[in-house]
Amino acid sequence: MDRFLQTFFNPVVMAQYTPDIIAGIWVTLQIAAAVIIAGIAGGLLLACLRSYRIKTLNFFIICYADIFRALPPLVVILILYFGFPSIGIQLSGPMVLFIVLAATLAAFAEEIFWAGFSSVEKGQWEAGIATGLGFTRTLAYVALPQAVRLAIPPLVNRVLAITKMTALGSAIGVSEILSSATTAQSFSGSATPLTMSVVAYLVIFLPMVIVARWLESRTAWKKR
Amino acid sequence: MDIFIDQFFNIEIMRKSLPLLITGLWMTLQLCSAVILLGLIGGLFVALGNMSERRWLRWLSIAYTDLFRALPPLVLLIFIYAGLPFAGINISPFAAVVIAFLLNNSSYYAEVYRAGLISVAKGQWEAAQSTGLSPAQTLIYVVLPQAVRNVLPDLLSNTVEVVKLTSLASVISLSELLYNAGMARSVTYNASPLVLAALFYLVLLWPLVRLVSHFQRRLAA
Repeated sequence: MDRFLQTFFNPVVMAQYTPDIIAGIWVTLQIAAAVIIAGIAGGLLLACLRSYRIKTLNFFIICYADIFRALPPLVVILILYFGFPSIGIQLSGPMVLFIVLAATLAAFAEEIFWAGFSSVEKGQWEAGIATGLGFTRTLAYVALPQAVRLAIPPLVNRVLAITKMTALGSAIGVSEILSSATTAQSFSGSATPLTMSVVAYLVIFLPMVIVARWLESRTAWKKR
Repeated sequence: MDIFIDQFFNIEIMRKSLPLLITGLWMTLQLCSAVILLGLIGGLFVALGNMSERRWLRWLSIAYTDLFRALPPLVLLIFIYAGLPFAGINISPFAAVVIAFLLNNSSYYAEVYRAGLISVAKGQWEAAQSTGLSPAQTLIYVVLPQAVRNVLPDLLSNTVEVVKLTSLASVISLSELLYNAGMARSVTYNASPLVLAALFYLVLLWPLVRLVSHFQRRLAA
């Protein structure tokens, strides 16, 4: 038991590497915030554009959403990070991570918002247009508020799953929590930094998981 | 444009790396079947724990799902693969991946099953048991088939996530599809093998993604 504590909860190692882990938390939070804002905004924009039902445009939106829902983000990260410099586009590790995760979130968010738009009855669209609102204002004032309300529980789950993927940054040298921890682990020769990273992720994401559970149970009650 | 095609869609390099990628694909498929099968079974038990009459079992199940949904799968994987040897437990990369993703996935599957089990009306349990079926028989023959049917889109979309997740195994040098593509890239200094791997994933998963969308539309209608 003593050896176990020394290996996974060594107080000396903890004290030494706490600043590194905190710096990592900061990087993780910044990238996560940027991904959430850009991803949701992008997804909402695509879903709104899709509701205008322009055939060629919709074809591209659907292809985009399908491809980014089907591809593992790590594959896209590696293509951008290792392939793009050869064609003269240098992107930093954090930039690659941001672009790929935001693009992935946008694809899922588009599908979620679109499902919300689709669930608004046809009569409501017609009524909105008949009162002289026009399509764009019907979209903004009638359909959007209802779609957003429906979208929130699945969206929170998806946001959670994708912000957790900031850990993939460790594969391309982004100094977020996990990569700070693995670096510290190899310097210190102790597993304690890994424990610290687990704790750091729990502190960030456990509250989000609990909020997601609460949101879901609330909508489940309403259905009945 | 030429340099772009040469860097990302170099047919010659793709052809040369094809055998390596197919070996990797085979490993990816093995990982998928292990993680999906164990996740489906494990998730069911966790979900049943959640529905239990015993309070401690319910809390245990909720703690399990929340804990493993809060941790990024890669963090779990690194902790198991790089951390456990410090405690004198050495495990193979394959076992590390299966354990890490099982912990992650069984909690996601458990949440899906839970929604499904709740969707089956309570009267069904009571009716089935009053005809003399045991609780286990009621679950297997009456409740589970309906529950699974009700949440089929979510089960499917979670399974898509599992397949995508296996690409993380490349981080601990397990020679699955993405790892082999990365090897081919570093030997050829060309990103085409990675693009080819992406195409493999698309061929594998696009039909499933379409199917999920199809199911969701049908449910919404």
